[in-house]
Amino acid sequence: MKVLLVDDEVELVSAMAERLGFRDVDADWTDNGESALAMADKTAYDVAVLDMKMPRLSGLELMERLAEKHPDMKFIFLSGHGSEADFKAGCAAGCNYLIKPIQLEDLVALIRKVAA
Amino acid sequence: MASLLEKIRPQFWDTDSDAGAGKSLFNYRRIWRFAIILLVLVALIPLMVMAFIDYNVTRHSLESENLLRTARTTSNTRRSVAYFLDERTKALEFLVHDQGIAALRNNGNLAKVLASLQQSFGGFVDIGVIDDRGRQIAYIGPYDLLGRDYSGQEGFATTMAHGTYISRVFLGFRDEPHLVVSRKVRDSRSGEDYILRATLDTDQFNSILTQLDLPGGGDAFVVDRDGVIQTPSKEHGSLLTRVDLAIPGYSDTTRVEQVRGRDGVEYTVGYAYIHDTPFIVLVVKRTRELMMPLQTIRMELLWILITSIVVILLVIVGVATYLVNKVYIADQTRARTLHRMEHTNRMASIGRLAAGVAHEINNPLAIINEKAGLIRDLFVYKQEYANDERLLGNIDSIINSVTRCGKITKRLLSFARHIDVEMDEIEFKDLANEVIDFLRKEAEYRSITIDMDIPEKLPPFISDRGKLQQIFLNLVNNAFQAMNDGGHLSITARETACDQLVFTVEDDGCGIPEADIKRIFDPFFSTKKKTGGTGLGLSITYGLVQELGGSMAVESEVGTGTTFTIIMPLKGTKPEDKTDKA
Repeated sequence: MKVLLVDDEVELVSAMAERLGFRDVDADWTDNGESALAMADKTAYDVAVLDMKMPRLSGLELMERLAEKHPDMKFIFLSGHGSEADFKAGCAAGCNYLIKPIQLEDLVALIRKVAA
Repeated sequence: MASLLEKIRPQFWDTDSDAGAGKSLFNYRRIWRFAIILLVLVALIPLMVMAFIDYNVTRHSLESENLLRTARTTSNTRRSVAYFLDERTKALEFLVHDQGIAALRNNGNLAKVLASLQQSFGGFVDIGVIDDRGRQIAYIGPYDLLGRDYSGQEGFATTMAHGTYISRVFLGFRDEPHLVVSRKVRDSRSGEDYILRATLDTDQFNSILTQLDLPGGGDAFVVDRDGVIQTPSKEHGSLLTRVDLAIPGYSDTTRVEQVRGRDGVEYTVGYAYIHDTPFIVLVVKRTRELMMPLQTIRMELLWILITSIVVILLVIVGVATYLVNKVYIADQTRARTLHRMEHTNRMASIGRLAAGVAHEINNPLAIINEKAGLIRDLFVYKQEYANDERLLGNIDSIINSVTRCGKITKRLLSFARHIDVEMDEIEFKDLANEVIDFLRKEAEYRSITIDMDIPEKLPPFISDRGKLQQIFLNLVNNAFQAMNDGGHLSITARETACDQLVFTVEDDGCGIPEADIKRIFDPFFSTKKKTGGTGLGLSITYGLVQELGGSMAVESEVGTGTTFTIIMPLKGTKPEDKTDKA
């Protein structure tokens, strides 16, 4: 199972990827949307974990562009803003999201759930 | 009495003129007083003036009418009296011309003449002839007066000089009031002068006057020019004594004067001098009795005036109170709205700030979280430090602290987020827990026990979470302020049969005095003004409850505690209806 982590905080996303590695989740990471798109073209990811707020390309936009090319890809959002209303406004019901700071175990469980 | 006053006292009565946080409110009592005074002046002054004028006009017309009527009566009486006397003088004159002095000197003939006079005119007592030396040379009558000398009497000289004479009433030697009419007669043959003299009894004369119908205790009588009463008077002295009224000087016409009698009573007196006689006709009426109708008019006027004044005053006070109360209520509503807006704005600003701060902190927190987690993972998965309990413990405490911080920021975010009006599905238990969490620390410090009795199976309902939170927070905060350390706070929630949720917040604090209880929801009413209370907390809470379609009640007993009960509809109003902007 391949997971793509996208977050503008390098420190956060790298640590997260490493931790996921410990839990048998194969995770690649990047800190911007453009490279995420490029990476997705090279590798087939099952799940993409996206930060809601990123410079240039926001989580929602990135999801739309990824979903276009990779219809099977599942998405999980991370949000630091915590406004469920904002989130729901841009995302169809059934979206998966976690509010930062997250418990890694919650994330792993969610990844396994959406990938299943 | 006090409770009645309490009941009718308008709402604006107890407002402090300078009260209210930064709001310059009107002095309603002054407006009220001013309105009443102005209206009273405008309404009552013309009324009083009209009443006064009306009274004076009525009195004046009544007075002149009385004077006129008295004058008329006096004139008529004068005419009657003058005619009576004139008739009798003329009768003597007729006798002189008809009979001649020779026939009149004959006693037999004179007796016939007297009889016919008595028959036709009446009132003649006797008749006699006096020669130019004053000796009665012929006499017919009930007394033996033949040969009596009249030369010394006033009547003799006057008749000789003027031809006719009418005496005043006198008793004479008969001791019977009578008057004398005499006429000079010249014997054409001898050229000697004689006097035909007749005595009249006063009965007929009197009856002219007594038959007058005089209103108001009126009195009509005749006096001579010295003021000696000639005919019986009811009230102004007995016959042949001086009248107790002043007699004005001679006048050709009838005069009416207001005279104060010797007894101090005011009289309206008509005077009329009768020509060629010593008589003056007096018609006397009591002014007070004449003015009697005025008394009635005055009473009526007074009643109308008093009734009008009372009605006007009542209406004015009522209207002024009503209007000022309306103004007061409108002001209150305006101030309340303004304050709520201010408050909402402030809350929104705080919310945005909190959201910003929370968001900024969340990212570094997430990093700390991940890094600490990574370290822990490294220890656990790489087995290098797996057994170092101290390190693992430290990392766990870092992670725990981050979790706690995360909870705080999440709460801040949820607080900020719900400033926006937003209808949500709400589990009341969660909401209560969230709010209590804010205050749990304070409760611990003050060792306040919080009992929550909220059943698990409460149905979720649609409402505005932020507002509900605020309502709940305000109530719990109030309860905390009312309680001493070690108090008990009890929160219960129940579903009622008719789709309502009832929740109560009960404390065992100081309680609210009865006098304050009906005003605690008024804006700016605060018992903590000195310690910075704005008096807005409960009014805002009340407003919020109303906005959410609920109702709110309070029960309190001083020293025992206070219970706030809030009833919320379970079927919330549609979110579209609530369009308040933050």
